[in-house]
Amino acid sequence: MAVRVQTEDFDAGAEISRMRLSRPDIGAVAAFIGQVRDLNNGDQVSTLTLEHYPGMTEKALESIVEQALQRWDIFDALVVHRVGALKPTDQIVLVVVSSAHRGEAFAACEFIMDYLKTEAPFWKKEQTPAGERWVEARSSDEVAKKRWKKKASSV
Amino acid sequence: MQITVLYFARLKESLKYSTEEISLPESVSNITSLKSHLASRGGAWQEMFSGRQQVRAAINHALVTNDAAIKAGDEVAFFPPVTGG
Repeated sequence: MAVRVQTEDFDAGAEISRMRLSRPDIGAVAAFIGQVRDLNNGDQVSTLTLEHYPGMTEKALESIVEQALQRWDIFDALVVHRVGALKPTDQIVLVVVSSAHRGEAFAACEFIMDYLKTEAPFWKKEQTPAGERWVEARSSDEVAKKRWKKKASSV
Repeated sequence: MQITVLYFARLKESLKYSTEEISLPESVSNITSLKSHLASRGGAWQEMFSGRQQVRAAINHALVTNDAAIKAGDEVAFFPPVTGG
């Protein structure tokens, strides 16, 4: 299990290969990449700046990955999240999960992203032609997280 | 009791503070009463902590609810709903 918060870019292909080759009983690797969009709420975005809470961020991400490892039959999970000033098409976040079969890897990867969106202390500020503004939290992200609670209670 | 308080994102900008050491009166024992204490400073503090803004809290790096108790030496953080990913 690894969690990294960094300003520099990451090589998703290299990270995926490293995990895929880490043990021969891996049959599935699921990965998610989040990318900076050039448009938000109808306005052009030229720069997206990510602030975080050093110390708490790493603990929050580790806790989320730990929950995924307990809940699904997965071998390993990696989260890399960037902070600082980013431009459209820059990568923001990478999640990679390995397991024996695809179902567990897909589910755990999505769970990690849904929890990261609502529990990890990152905040985005975007630069638009009208000036700077903080990005508002989306209620759809809370809904996405709650799905996992319903599934847990029905199992 | 003495605690450290951190502010992030919109709160940090509006309050023009990122961190401070506070000596709390005995009446302040949890997040709700700490928010009221900070709101009583007036101005931007009142705007941020009087309930009109969504403010999340963490104690010693763990997300908490308003009824969470505060102890001497705690690191308390206030911030808006998170928007990473």
